[in-house]
Amino acid sequence: MKTKKSESAGHFTDQSEAISRDLMPKPFGLSGKIWVAVLSFVFLLGFFFYIQQLRYGLGITAMRDYSTWGIYIANFVFFVAISLVGSLISAILKLSGAKWRTPLTRISEMIAVSSIVFAALVIIVDMGRPDRFMNVILHARIQSPITWDVLVITTYLAISLLLLYLPLIPDLAFMRDRFSDIPAWQKKMYTFMALGWKGLPGQEKILRRAEQILAILIIPVAFGIHTVTSWLFATTLRPGWDSSDFGPYFVSGAFMVGAGGVIAAMYIFRTHYSLEKYLTDKHFDYMGRLLVLLSLVYLYFNINEYFVPAYKMKGQEAEHLNALFYGRYAPLFWSVQIFGMVAPIIVLLFRRGRKPLPMFIIAILVVVGAWFKRFLIVIPTLSHPYIPMDRVPESWQHYLPTFKEWSITAATLAGALLIVTLLTRLFPAIPMVETMEEANPEHKETEIA
Amino acid sequence: MKSTDQNSRRSFLRKGLGIAAVAGSVTALQAFQQDSVEETGEMVKLLSPEGEIVEIDKAYLKPIPEVHIAPDAAREGIPGRRFVMVIDLAQCKNLRKCHDACEKMHHCGPDNEFLKVLKMQDNKLATPFWQPTMCFHCDEPPCVKVCPVDATYKRTDGIVLIDTDRCIGCRFCMVACPYSARTFDWNEPDQTEEVKHQHYSPETSVPAKMGTVSKCDFCPDMVRQGEMPHCVTACPNGVFYFGDENEDAVSNGSETVRLSELLRDRAGYRYMEDMGTKPRVYYLPPVNRAFPFEDDEFTKQNGSKS
Repeated sequence: MKTKKSESAGHFTDQSEAISRDLMPKPFGLSGKIWVAVLSFVFLLGFFFYIQQLRYGLGITAMRDYSTWGIYIANFVFFVAISLVGSLISAILKLSGAKWRTPLTRISEMIAVSSIVFAALVIIVDMGRPDRFMNVILHARIQSPITWDVLVITTYLAISLLLLYLPLIPDLAFMRDRFSDIPAWQKKMYTFMALGWKGLPGQEKILRRAEQILAILIIPVAFGIHTVTSWLFATTLRPGWDSSDFGPYFVSGAFMVGAGGVIAAMYIFRTHYSLEKYLTDKHFDYMGRLLVLLSLVYLYFNINEYFVPAYKMKGQEAEHLNALFYGRYAPLFWSVQIFGMVAPIIVLLFRRGRKPLPMFIIAILVVVGAWFKRFLIVIPTLSHPYIPMDRVPESWQHYLPTFKEWSITAATLAGALLIVTLLTRLFPAIPMVETMEEANPEHKETEIA
Repeated sequence: MKSTDQNSRRSFLRKGLGIAAVAGSVTALQAFQQDSVEETGEMVKLLSPEGEIVEIDKAYLKPIPEVHIAPDAAREGIPGRRFVMVIDLAQCKNLRKCHDACEKMHHCGPDNEFLKVLKMQDNKLATPFWQPTMCFHCDEPPCVKVCPVDATYKRTDGIVLIDTDRCIGCRFCMVACPYSARTFDWNEPDQTEEVKHQHYSPETSVPAKMGTVSKCDFCPDMVRQGEMPHCVTACPNGVFYFGDENEDAVSNGSETVRLSELLRDRAGYRYMEDMGTKPRVYYLPPVNRAFPFEDDEFTKQNGSKS
């Protein structure tokens, strides 16, 4: 009987050799270095402005008393939304028995972890007194949806980290045992992180079971994290937010942007590292079908969210909807709805639309559209308060983010991409050992139910 | 040493009593600490905090020194009170004296208005009117509900306050308030050094702090000194009535009336009652107006909104 240990120790098929060569984390090439440099620059510039914000206050943003939440909060909702990709691929596809998901799991968990980290950071960026962050714990009030959000975000982060880390352990052990020409610190890190993994049947069993439990656990938490985020708005009395289906509306949108995010990442990894053998047209085809389904669900909630109030045109709600449909926000609103939601449904219904390149373009549209959709959810509502906005400067009535505010927001997006990039520099973006096992099923020793 | 001890004992007593004492020149209780006062023989009747009429010598009456109510003490309401305000829209002429007094006394600039006077128009055919708005100190305050750190709270006397020493600046209360009553210090507040070094109390909302939320506080500090809130005293037209629901009495400074009668006879209502927030500020509708409506320079530019 051959165990995984013996496989990684010596009896190693040519195929596995090829797989490990293809999938091992590689040093950045020129384009990789430029990418990291650009992201670092964007990040550092925003960080510089954030230091200014700490010193001079949120006054450096365009937020004022009426538009008291701005793109920081929109960006926060976006990060929470896209982080749901982790649970979509790791949990929902796993539990539904979709075997093709294997090469997508690691990428999606990396996106999930980095975006949830930045979701938490963005909330701190939006705080007027980040120095008092500990009050959230010291004086926590369980009645506040913010407290619920803190609880559920930390839970989701913990489970997502485990869902990234646990399936990585066999790969870490593999890299520890087989990679000789890597720096000593890297080897040390792999050794430490592999936790003495030998691929013994007992270890395998524990790992598979843990993964299974986490996959089930993360689904309610994923629904929770975005439902609670929607409640930050839906628990208020404001037009456009005062809605009872905000939870499912947010969750469905989150799965859609999550799928878009992972498709975009798949395409970049595939072309950049020549992974056509692993991220095949079939994967894009399946993800395309999934995205159509998710977009249709989101379309359904959009119809509910906009059509029903628009039918009634009640008081302040009408003013808000008119601004979206024909007014100040109409160009953005219709672009987002058409390019970010309707176009993906139409294009991806066709087989040719589900080829990698068109999928990539659609995925970018979905992700960018999703960001601006969050803008449209957060900002217009606050421009339509019940009490008239008299006697306030023009800039208070129409929120237009400042350059510094955009820069800080861009920094968080760059930071999240940077984390994903650095993670793939150190760890295989596609699970290596799992891919080898699937390529040589006869090598599989321990069959776990 | 001795004198400081005495001072601290006295100030301790005063503080404690200041909390216990209520509106009016109810300083009778201070008599306990003063043994050597020459009695004048002239007696005055006073209402004690317990609701009893007591008679004391006039010599014992002394104005209460300004009492600093620290953030923790400010969480307790003034016992036995339920403060309430009635705004008579028929009398408002947009003189904005209330606004100016409020701004001056709370040391907040034009970017942080606790009180606004807005042009309102219910429908196209109705005549517009001026409506002062501020924090309504709701009995079901949506702002208090959402605060994650208990920085804004509801007191037993009905007042909703903010502890800006605790506020984390998340501004959830601002979006939760349907009346846009709250304001945020986006920048370092533009206040004099003297104001900045004042002892902070949630009852005065002074000094303001960058990165925190503030709003109308119903001036409980004035009430403790037996005075009306600044907006009430500043208004020359008697628009604002302030008082105690438990006593069923409100006053605009020149006349004191029964709250229940005023609201019943003049069809008092609360703004956006359907929000379910149960405001403690009532309005009397703008009928039989004292003044014809006149646009001011701002509303001429901006037009009107209902």
